[in-house]
Amino acid sequence: MLLITCPWCGPRDETEYHYGGQAHVPYPPAPADLTDQQWAEYVFYRDNPKGPFAERWVHSTGCRRWFNVLRDTATHEVLTSYRPDEPRPGGTR
Amino acid sequence: MTAEPLPEHPDFLWRTPDPRSSYDVVIVGAGGHGLATAYYLAKNHGITNVAVLEKGWLAGGNMARNTTIIRSNYLWDESAAIYEHALKLWEGLPEELDYDFLFSQRGVLNLAHTLQDVREGVRRVNANKLNGVDAEWLEPDEISKVCPILNVSPRTRYPVLGGTFQPRAGIAKHDHVAWALARRADELGVDLIQGCEVTGFLKDGERVVGVDTNLGRIHAGRVGLAAAGHSSVLAERAGVRLPVQSHPLQALVSELHEPVHPTVVMSNHVHVYVSQAHKGELVMGAGVDAYNGYGQRGSFHVIEQQMAAAVELFPVFARAHVLRTWGGIVDVTPDASPIIGSTPVENLYVNCGWGTGGFKATPAAGWTFAHTIATGRPHPLNAPFALDRFTSGALIDEHGAAAVAH
Repeated sequence: MLLITCPWCGPRDETEYHYGGQAHVPYPPAPADLTDQQWAEYVFYRDNPKGPFAERWVHSTGCRRWFNVLRDTATHEVLTSYRPDEPRPGGTR
Repeated sequence: MTAEPLPEHPDFLWRTPDPRSSYDVVIVGAGGHGLATAYYLAKNHGITNVAVLEKGWLAGGNMARNTTIIRSNYLWDESAAIYEHALKLWEGLPEELDYDFLFSQRGVLNLAHTLQDVREGVRRVNANKLNGVDAEWLEPDEISKVCPILNVSPRTRYPVLGGTFQPRAGIAKHDHVAWALARRADELGVDLIQGCEVTGFLKDGERVVGVDTNLGRIHAGRVGLAAAGHSSVLAERAGVRLPVQSHPLQALVSELHEPVHPTVVMSNHVHVYVSQAHKGELVMGAGVDAYNGYGQRGSFHVIEQQMAAAVELFPVFARAHVLRTWGGIVDVTPDASPIIGSTPVENLYVNCGWGTGGFKATPAAGWTFAHTIATGRPHPLNAPFALDRFTSGALIDEHGAAAVAH
């Protein structure tokens, strides 16, 4: 079981949370201008790296707030967690 | 019911060649799908100058980790067609490959625990019948006759309200399936190269012409990816983005028991699927862990929930012990259907996205992927499973029939 730190509530068991997939995927600024390929990218395509991955979690049984976690998908090590209005630590994406 | 004897442990079934500098076709991944693809390239298309490259050992990924269930009772026409083709091939493969890999058509029960489950199950039975797939709807008393140890009492937390039954479904010895395919592919001239990791792709413009590996550069006329959970990682090295997410999927076995479980039982709602292997272990599969992961392991609470479901359904299992648990990496698509076909890179083909259900499809995946690679065009069975369906919107939503929560 993962031990994930909610930025507001502190470290809690994974079972208190639900997963939300890749973080930092913005809604298209001009949706009407998108091609089918670009819509497909937005709706269906997400990064799937083996290594550090910025992802969304929600503290379902706690404060019920969304936040982001940087986690290594190869080792499952939780590297850090941060509020959704903060940029991904380390700069990229 | 008596336990069937296991096959004798075989001698070496294939050569261990060094890679040549060039092949007509290179397949990446020597799991069931990669081996079946190589076998059918040779058998159906006469293409024998083929290498199957495997970064680990042969059939050591999901082929070693699945719960060996084989069935074809999928909802949509496209899925029923390809999975039923697989089941028909399974029925002939032990003789064709001259290898008894203990394919046992003991049937599969898919249980319904809610009114919605019932409606969906009945609908699926009707759809299956229209597609020529054997399927029946069973009421709880009929389920008891098929599987007497199943608790169909109305007093459980999620009572069994009925279920679908596919009599021709069953299980097979997964390792022996891989070895049977490997032996025959090797006899037909295919080089099976283990310990050979593809680290990059050689391209001439937008056309793939070979692969770089830890054993050197290998030129190839065509390259087919059959790497399951690592498909995204590989495809990215070729500059191709795939709509798949890799998740841990866990399973476990108990110690050996006398034969008590005559069929395969799957429950989507309380979430467990259980069969009893020929040797006697109870084999149980869980749902996927929600998070992305390449670690071939998952979180223990998933196992806990799966065992709770198993004991609720099968009170007789309450004193069984977990012998071991493990995880594989499953590549899940948005519509829970596979991707088999061409990529934006010419001569690079991909077979991936089988998610939690690739083992049962092994022969049909190989059959259609070999056809696609050999002819450059999809077989009618895999044409609907092209990558471009995520752009066109022609999705094949099998989240219900996939039967593993994800």
